[in-house]
Amino acid sequence: MKMKLKKSAKGNSEISTASLPDIIFMLLFFFMVTTTMRDTKLLVKVIPPDATEVQRLEKKSLVEYIYIGPPVNKKYGDETRIQINDQFISGLHEISEWATTIIINRPEDERKFLTTSLKVHKDTKMGIVTDIKQELRKANALKINYSTRKNLANK
Amino acid sequence: MSKKITEISAGSMADIAFLLLIFFLVTTTMDVDVGITRILPPPLLDSTKIIVERRNLMNIWINKSDRIQVNENEVQVEDIRQLVAEFLANDDFRIEETPPSMPEKKPKAIPLLGQQVYVSKGIISLKNDRGTSYEMYVRVQNELAAAINKLREDFSEKQFGIRYSQLSDEAKLKAVQKQFPMAISEAEPAIIGGN
Repeated sequence: MKMKLKKSAKGNSEISTASLPDIIFMLLFFFMVTTTMRDTKLLVKVIPPDATEVQRLEKKSLVEYIYIGPPVNKKYGDETRIQINDQFISGLHEISEWATTIIINRPEDERKFLTTSLKVHKDTKMGIVTDIKQELRKANALKINYSTRKNLANK
Repeated sequence: MSKKITEISAGSMADIAFLLLIFFLVTTTMDVDVGITRILPPPLLDSTKIIVERRNLMNIWINKSDRIQVNENEVQVEDIRQLVAEFLANDDFRIEETPPSMPEKKPKAIPLLGQQVYVSKGIISLKNDRGTSYEMYVRVQNELAAAINKLREDFSEKQFGIRYSQLSDEAKLKAVQKQFPMAISEAEPAIIGGN
């Protein structure tokens, strides 16, 4: 039996492609695991400012996002708007309500790790950002992250 | 002749996998979220006033046209790093005396460093106008973080022989952070006339 196998192997000089699917599957799994699908459609334009002293946001499941910037669609005008989840909010009070709901729905031990990521367009005025920070304080969502792009050029 | 056992051809497996692979390659966004993390102060109770001595305080104002004032002088954003680093410097953390131009120090017990070491009482107070641009605000925050990180780097290098950014020991990280805290205070927003 063994002899037979050896013989046939010798005669065949082509590279075996039997492991090709396995290799491709490995790559596939790698990309499946590292992929983060964009889950919200941005309604506002956000170009974050540059910074050098940045930290990474580690656990994506513990991060909630607020987007602030001018609407992409011109029919909503040019004025800075706030987007949470998939829609614009109509009043600032919605922020603290939203943040409170998120905190309540989390198990107690996760609550202090919750981070609110502020994705703010760089030309936004601070007034609206300050208002949002005040709303988050009301809801006790105290850990925030000013989203930036890492830029090493001016270091 | 056992022809009945017909295997499914695995030849197309690679193609199917390729197809899926290409799909994920296209949809993947590899960008990691980065940013400057800050902890907001808890909501203020009615009559809590914290009085800070003048020498322990460094005021930074950013006005609506993005011009910056530190204490009495107008400065450029690039100068902030140096000013803050000098203000919060704590060259010998084992002695309490400081020159009158520098903030006071308070005794503290920090594991790994000692039962009684002295931490600077200096606080950076950052105030901005409603009309300040977010970009400038983040630049200033970035400079503040850079100044404190610089102090931490140097301290860690001197104390433990490893750069702060290279430290992996949780206890040492905590010690450095306690010695040089992120002492940034943001004022309660006040309504100042005009935008």
